[in-house]
Formats: sequence, C-alpha cells, structure tokens
Amino acid sequence: MATPENKLAFDGGWEYSPAPESTDHIKVQKKYELFIGGDFVKPESGKYFETINPATEQRLSRVALANDADVDKAVKAARKAYNGPWSRMKPAERGKYIYRIARIIQERAREFAAIESLDGGKPIREARDVDIPLAAAHFFYYAGWADKLEYAFPGRGVRPMGVAGQIIPWNFPLLMASWKVAPALACGNTVVLKPAETTPLTAMKLAEVVADAGLPEGVVNIVTGAGETGASIVSHPGVDKIAFTGSTEVGRIIQKALAGSKKKYTLELGGKAANIIFADAAIDEAVEGIVNGIFFNQGHVCCAGSRLFVQESVAEQVIRKLRDRMETLIVGDPLDKNTDIGAINSKAQLETIESYLEIGRQEGAEMYQSSCPVPDKGYWCRPTIFTGVSQSNRVVQEEIFGPVLAIQTFRTFDEAVSKANNTPYGLSGGVWTDKGAKIFKMTQSVRAGVIWANTFNKFDPTSPFGGYKESGVGREGGLHGLDAYLALEA
Amino acid sequence: MSLAAVDTKRKLPDLDRVPRVDEVGVNERVARFQSRSIKKESKLEALKMVLSMIDLTTLEGQDTPGKVRQLCQKAMHLHDAVPGLPHVAAVCVYPTMVGVARQALEGRGIHIASVATAFPSGQAPLNVKLEDTRLAVEQGADEIDMVISRGAFLAGDHGFVFDEIVAIKEACGDAHLKVILETGELGTLDRVRRASALAMHAGADFIKTSTGKIQPAATMQVTLVMLQAIRDYFYETGRMVGMKPAGGISSAKLAIHYLVMLQETLGNAWMTPEWFRFGASSLANDVLMQIVKQQTGVYQSADYFSKD
Amino acid sequence: MAARPKQQSVRVPVAKTYKIYIDGKFPRTESGRYFSLEDGKGKVIANVCRGSRKDFRNATVAARKAQGGWAGSNAYLRGQILYRIAEMLEGRREQFIAELKLQGATQSAARKEVDTSIDRLIYFAGWSDKYQQVFSAVNPVASSHFNFSVLEPTGVVSIIAPDDSGLLGLVSNVAPTIVGGNTCVVLASESMPLSAVSFAEVLHASDVPAGVVNIITGLRAELTEHFASHMDVNAIVFCDGARKTAKMVQELASDNIKRVISRADIDWSRESSQHPYLIRDTQEVKTTWHPIGS
Repeated sequence: MATPENKLAFDGGWEYSPAPESTDHIKVQKKYELFIGGDFVKPESGKYFETINPATEQRLSRVALANDADVDKAVKAARKAYNGPWSRMKPAERGKYIYRIARIIQERAREFAAIESLDGGKPIREARDVDIPLAAAHFFYYAGWADKLEYAFPGRGVRPMGVAGQIIPWNFPLLMASWKVAPALACGNTVVLKPAETTPLTAMKLAEVVADAGLPEGVVNIVTGAGETGASIVSHPGVDKIAFTGSTEVGRIIQKALAGSKKKYTLELGGKAANIIFADAAIDEAVEGIVNGIFFNQGHVCCAGSRLFVQESVAEQVIRKLRDRMETLIVGDPLDKNTDIGAINSKAQLETIESYLEIGRQEGAEMYQSSCPVPDKGYWCRPTIFTGVSQSNRVVQEEIFGPVLAIQTFRTFDEAVSKANNTPYGLSGGVWTDKGAKIFKMTQSVRAGVIWANTFNKFDPTSPFGGYKESGVGREGGLHGLDAYLALEA
Repeated sequence: MSLAAVDTKRKLPDLDRVPRVDEVGVNERVARFQSRSIKKESKLEALKMVLSMIDLTTLEGQDTPGKVRQLCQKAMHLHDAVPGLPHVAAVCVYPTMVGVARQALEGRGIHIASVATAFPSGQAPLNVKLEDTRLAVEQGADEIDMVISRGAFLAGDHGFVFDEIVAIKEACGDAHLKVILETGELGTLDRVRRASALAMHAGADFIKTSTGKIQPAATMQVTLVMLQAIRDYFYETGRMVGMKPAGGISSAKLAIHYLVMLQETLGNAWMTPEWFRFGASSLANDVLMQIVKQQTGVYQSADYFSKD
Repeated sequence: MAARPKQQSVRVPVAKTYKIYIDGKFPRTESGRYFSLEDGKGKVIANVCRGSRKDFRNATVAARKAQGGWAGSNAYLRGQILYRIAEMLEGRREQFIAELKLQGATQSAARKEVDTSIDRLIYFAGWSDKYQQVFSAVNPVASSHFNFSVLEPTGVVSIIAPDDSGLLGLVSNVAPTIVGGNTCVVLASESMPLSAVSFAEVLHASDVPAGVVNIITGLRAELTEHFASHMDVNAIVFCDGARKTAKMVQELASDNIKRVISRADIDWSRESSQHPYLIRDTQEVKTTWHPIGS
C-alpha cells in the first residue's frame, strides 16, 4: 500500500558529536600588507580593512586597502619583472618555479584549508577535499605547459600578453587564484591579482608561498581591496589583459570600461544552470547530483544546478528522496568536519538570498526548508527548495547564489532543452539518463559551456570551463585555457 | 513485526521498473559517508551499537560442538572487564550445530541464526533446501539465513528464484528469514538492486549481502544499493525490511562507516539489532579494543581480548 | 715486549654490489654469472650481473602483471610519480655524477648529463595529462554518431637502452614509455651499466609501483634476441644502430607483430631529442562510436 505517510525520521536519534578541525597549527597574522615586487609593503592609502569569520562574525585579520597609487606600483613591478627576468627565462625553468608553488601548497594543504574555511565560511571538508587539492593540481597542470606551448596551437607561434590584471571572487578564493595565476605564469605573463574583499587571507598565504618558492620579484603581485581597487586595475594603462570572475553585472561594467582599449579580456560570470532528470535516470544517484549541484559550497557556485527539471513521471519520487536527503545535510560550524553546508559568505549575501526567499513567497511559490538547527551567531541559510514555479518566476530566472533550488517538471526531451536554453545565461547544465544517445543529443542541444552527464560540479585542471552568452567569454582549464594568456602569431 | 498484516499476495515485481544504479555515483556517495568524522560520545555510542548488532559467526567445515560452545561463551562474555556492554544480537551456525548453540545460550536473549538451503552454493533441489530449513527450525533456530539460486537469477529465471524464497519463508514458520543475495556473484549493482526488490516482495524479513565464502563479500557499495531498495520498498508497501552486510567487515572504523550510511539512508527506525546486523567474527574484538581506547585514552593490544 | 703497530686511520669504504631490478625487488641474476666493468686503467670497478633470458622472462611477467593497474591509474597520479622520480634523482645528484665519472665521463659532462636527466623527467611528467589533449580527436563523421579517438598504452614494452648514454639515454626512453601507461623491461647500457642500477634505486624510492620498470644488465649479444622475440611483449624500443642487429630485431618482432621503434643515433643531450612523439610511439589509437539521439 503506497502511502505518503510512510516517513523516515532522521533527527533525534544517533547524533554526531562535534568534530572540529584543529587550528593550533595555522598561522594568521593580525595584519597583512600588500605583496608588490617580491615584498610585503604598506599601502599608500595607509588604510586597512577587516576580514571576518562569517560563522562567528569575529574579526580574523586586517588587510591593506590598495588605492590607485598602490595599483600603479604593482603594475610597474609586474612590468619590470616581465621585461626583465621572466620573459628572458627558459620556459622549462619557468615551469619549475610553478611546480614549486604547487608542491608548497601540497605541503601546507591543511593550513590552507583551515584558513579558507575560516575566512569564507565553506565547510572544512570541502576546502580540504576539493578546493586545496584542485588548486595545487592547477599549478601542477599549467607548470607542465610552460615549455610545451608550441604543441597547443598548430600553425601559430605564441607570445605572452604581458601584464595580466586578475580579479577573483569569494566563493573559491584559493582555487580561483590558481585558475588565474597558474596559466598566466605558464604562458610567460606576470600578474597583478586582487582577491575578493571578504576572502583575502588565502591569497596572502599564496603570496608567502610565491616568496618562499623564490619566484623573481614582481612576477606575482597581490593587492587587496574592494570594487574600487578592481576598477583601478581594469583602467590601468599598463595592463595588457584583464581576467575577471564574478557577477554578470560587474562583467558588463568591465567589458564596457574596456571598450576602445587594446586590452584583451576574459570573463567568467553568473549562471542559472538547468539540471535535467529523465525518468530513465539512476534516480538515487540523480538525487545526490541535485544535492551536489545546488548545496555544494552553500550554492555559492556560478555553475550551480539551480533550476531542476524533473520528468513528470518520476517527479514525486525524486522530490520525496530529495527532501529525505536534505534532512541529513548538516548546517553549521564550517570547521566541523561533519558540516555539509557552512556559513553564507557575508551579511550582504545572506540579505540577498533572504530577499529572494521573500520574492519566491510573494510570487506564490511553495517553499520547503530542511529542519536542521543553525547556530545563533553568524550567517546561515538552510537548504531550500521551491516548487510550484515556472520559467516566469523571478526565483527561476535570476541568480540567487545560495542554497536555493527551483523545481519544475517537464514531459518531453524538446521541452526540457527549450526551457534549459530559455535564459540569458549559459554556463553549465546537467542531464541524468541511463541512455547514452540522449546524453550526446543533450550535449548538442544545450547552449552552455559545460555539460555534466550523470554527474555535477566536477572540476579538473585538464577540463575547460566557461560560459556561453551572459555567463561570460573565454575558457579556463585544459589546453583551451591557454588561449586566455597568449597572443598567437603567424 | 508480523508479515501477515501487509501484502499477503506475493507477486513477482516488474524488475524493469526498478531504478537503475550508477556505479560512479554510488562510489562517490560512499566516499562521502567515509568522510564523516565520528568522535567522542557519538563514537562510543556507535561502538556499542555495533556490538549489539553483531551476528557472531562460525561456518567452517571443521566446526564441532566444542567450537560452537566456545563461540557461545564469547557471545555471552565479550569482555567482562568492561561492565555494561551490550550482548551480540545472535550467533550464526550451520543447522547441525543449532542444537548445541541452543543448549549453550538457553535464556540469554541471544538469538540463534542458522544458515540453510545448501549454504553456501545453493546448488541443490528444493526439497533438500526445505528439509535443511525445517531441520534448523526444529532444532531451535530463531532466524534462517538462506541463499538465493544465483545461477537461475543470472540466467533470467526470476520466477524460479522468487518461488524458492516464498517456499522457504513458509518453511520458516515463526523464524525470521534473511535472504542472502551473494552480491559478489551478481556482478553489477543493477542486479543487486533488482535481486533486493525480488527478495523483499517474496517475503524476506532481512536481505543480506553475502555468504562470506567468496570475494568480494560485503562492500559499502552493495550495501548502499540494498538500503536504497529497502527504502523504496518501505515507501511502496509500508513494510520494514532489515539488512545485514556479511563478510569483510573486521574493523570497528569500517563498521561505524556502515552505521553512518544506515543512519543517513534509512534513518532512526533501522538503527537497532532488530533491523540491522553485521555478519562478522573478528569484528567484535576490534570494537572492544576501540571501546577500551575511548574510555582510557590508550591504544590497546589484541593480547588482552579473548579469542574464541 | 714488542711495540704495538701504529693503528691505521684510513677508513675502508663499503663497495656496492650491483644487482638487477625486477618486480620492485633487487635480485641477483638467476644465472649467477657476472661480467667485470673496468676503468680506463684496467682496474675492476664493479662486478655487474650478466643477466639471462630467464631474468628477462621474469621481468616480462612482472611488467605484464603491473600494466593493468598502471594504465588504470589517472594521468595526474602518473605525472606526480614522474615528478617524484625527478625529486629523488635531484637529491642524489652528487652520487650519480660520481658514478658517471667512475665510468669515464668528465666532471662537466657528468654534471650536465645528470641535470638533463632530471629536467627530462620533469618534461615528461608535464606531458602526462596533456598528450591525450594534443593527440586525441573528436571525429565529425557523416552519420548521427558521436565519434572519438583516444590514445591507449600498447602494454609491455621492451627497451634496448642506448649503449653510449648510461643514464640520460635510459631516462629519455623510460619516461615517455611509462608516462603513457606502459610498463617496461630495460636492457641497460653494456659499457656503462652502473647508472641504470642506481636509477632503479631512485625508482624504488619514488612510489613507482613494482613491475612498472624493470632493469636488467647484461650482454647485448646474448639478450637482444629475447627482447625482440618474446610473444608477450607489445613493442620494442631499439636504440642501437647496427644494421645487422636492427634487421634481426625486426624479423624476430614480426612473429607477434610487435611494434618496432628504432631510436638509433640520437644525441640525447640535445633539447630537440625530447618531444611528445616519444610518448605517442608506444600508444594505440582507439575509436568509439555512439548514436546521438533520444
């Protein structure tokens, strides 16, 4: 007798005791200066700003605020290093420096993971098992390309672009830094990197790694600051290439600002990916894929599977299993090894997410959240799903950047594809089916830069990543990721 | 829990409607369970739960009444140096040893499980299997662990496999029936999922991974698939079915991973010996060593724990 | 009472016994035979194992056993292992320089050879997760099929290392062979065999699984035919140029259509001698079709 009353109970039984990651071995300074020309130098502005732990709202450190003069210093240092030792160095030797960075990150992996978790709010398990190993792997991968570039572009000679200005977001701080710095250096460029203002610490630890690895001074410069520091980099005439990862809104501003200049740019922007589950999917694994798609990293993922499309004949089954699975997700202290969903990165981001929850309610959507407890202090959002929504809802159209999933049903392949493409974004998509032919047809039909079939949110340094349409232009990772940092010549 | 209250019309289910299984996805989910960090009180609680769920097993050609009596002694006195420990759920023996075990364990609250149906191969005619089962029940077995006919299952003769289970279930009378799928011979996780559905619809009270006589025996992967099948069956019929991984679980650490998997897949109701068992022999001592380590803070040596 | 003789203060060094390397262990040759390596003045430097065909056979069994697991490991891991070999060799730099000098090289030639060997390992480590991207293809067939071609390692490769390059020649052939997922059995240089054995020690310290690289010292005249004729070897890399021997190798190899890769007369010290086609040489191409449809 099939009855919705047959329920499973997940809480109030065997509870996991706290399992905190130890932090007695990590070193975080009370204050960080700017890393320019191989040294840590005081900011011209004389100003510093705080970075806090979003799980406790406690201050972790103060970092320097770079103004136009600081950015100018950094760009000049990068130019000097480019004209000097870096472009004169044999590519194989350049590669060995990048290998050193990779190796040292591996050696300091646990410290990096703990600091990443403290500064940004992500669970230590994810920082430890995903962010840090992938960051090291990116440096390893691109180190190997340094002396092999002639094989990547048939019929073309290659030349570095010069000085790259790189602006990265707060959702995967060290990983995003590795995605930018590693290929830029491998291709012979020098860099000025600006981490996000809420997550500067692992970038400063990376600066220490760069110094310890003995890279020539000025090859990597790291300047901390907020939007104005970023704008200063974008508009500096001494920069040849801008690489930006962040919101589509800011990406537009940057593209506009660069109009008429000779600067090259690549942009990695927002997304509202469709995750499509067919009736012939491996259902339990698909449910896990939904969870990985939208609750991984608190949903602070540009390629998050934030629009679920489930074939109507299995919708009830899928949603019921999803709710069960949501009940076992642990929201809490990011430094606890059992935490699945950490803190929302900042008060501002939490307010954005909560405003969308309110919009959803006002639009008449049904909202369901898991029942887990959350701590008193800090910024938290329970995993949330919206049903009773369609393509016209704002919570379906707009990027929320939180652990919030909008669920729709579909009936045919063509309907799913049409709705998946019915968005200005085009970063990623997911398809769950046991039928191979359908996977390849999906790959052909969905207009997005990354298609995950029977998996989701998988990243690898060898695998190109980037968007169609308003999700950005250019690719990072893999052989195709070299394009962003080389000028090709006949 | 009485079977009679639910679904007495046993019908072979349509196995094509059983969800497919993605191996890579299963491996990833298992890895996630293994990354749970179970410490302090939750660890001690888990260790005691594991003890209470063990079916202490001896299934050797060389078993004698003496061996079985020593096993029962261990079942009743796991480690008297530590007071307040739970006893194991059951001992598991061959039908010819059930009587010995019954005498040794009389009145102690430890169940007697017996393998039957031409364990471990299952290669025998039905009448032999029924006789095997009846003998064990007559001798006093509370639980029967049967094996399915893997050859017939792999050849696609699902009806044959189904009917056998129904017949053995009837021969069990009041004894509970555990159905061993021998997952190591089924080859794919898809077949494990289908065999699980088949066994439950045929009346199994428990589904069990392995005989422990071939490699691979129990793995977290096949166990997860079977737990998922149990969940689907529960949602469909309202009937709870128990689960028993057997063979290859010899460390407390691994057993705790299994408990994490059980908790997060089926939830609280299954977290008792009534619905979950470990088929193991050397697991108990490793669990005892970990309990003492938790209580004293000092790593232990096997020399201090009895081997029976 | 007679005066006690004055104690000598010179320390007696402990000379190394050179063995062969099979399946992650260092046995002596099962034949018990040896040949003497002499320095320029005729003094014996070492007794080197005169490997037998049975040693070679045992090594091929080990290489075959290891091949599935090695090919199944991911590219990142293989790259990390090659990088580790480079780290270990860098750590033993002085030892290898001294050994090359013992075998007749000048200080500067020995140093250059060791440094180039280390950098060559790093070079090929870097190719582990890239050669597939350069040499694979998605093929735009006319029918509604997704069609892709990938490289797969050929399997077990026997290598006759260059005689005139004791360390670098061996490294230059082993690295591209194994980075692509093959396992190998190497016949070391006959005139300069010591570095090969010491290199085996480096491999052993680098997380290279047992059986992936097997190194045998011995006489070319005795062993080449077995390296060329063994029916369970998929390819032979042959670095000696003599025309008559080359012909013999090709004839023997034809019995199981062994892939014959001739790398004679190459100056391994030049940068132009390192490139990814050395990897491609021991790879097969596999093409798969799958319908595109719903």
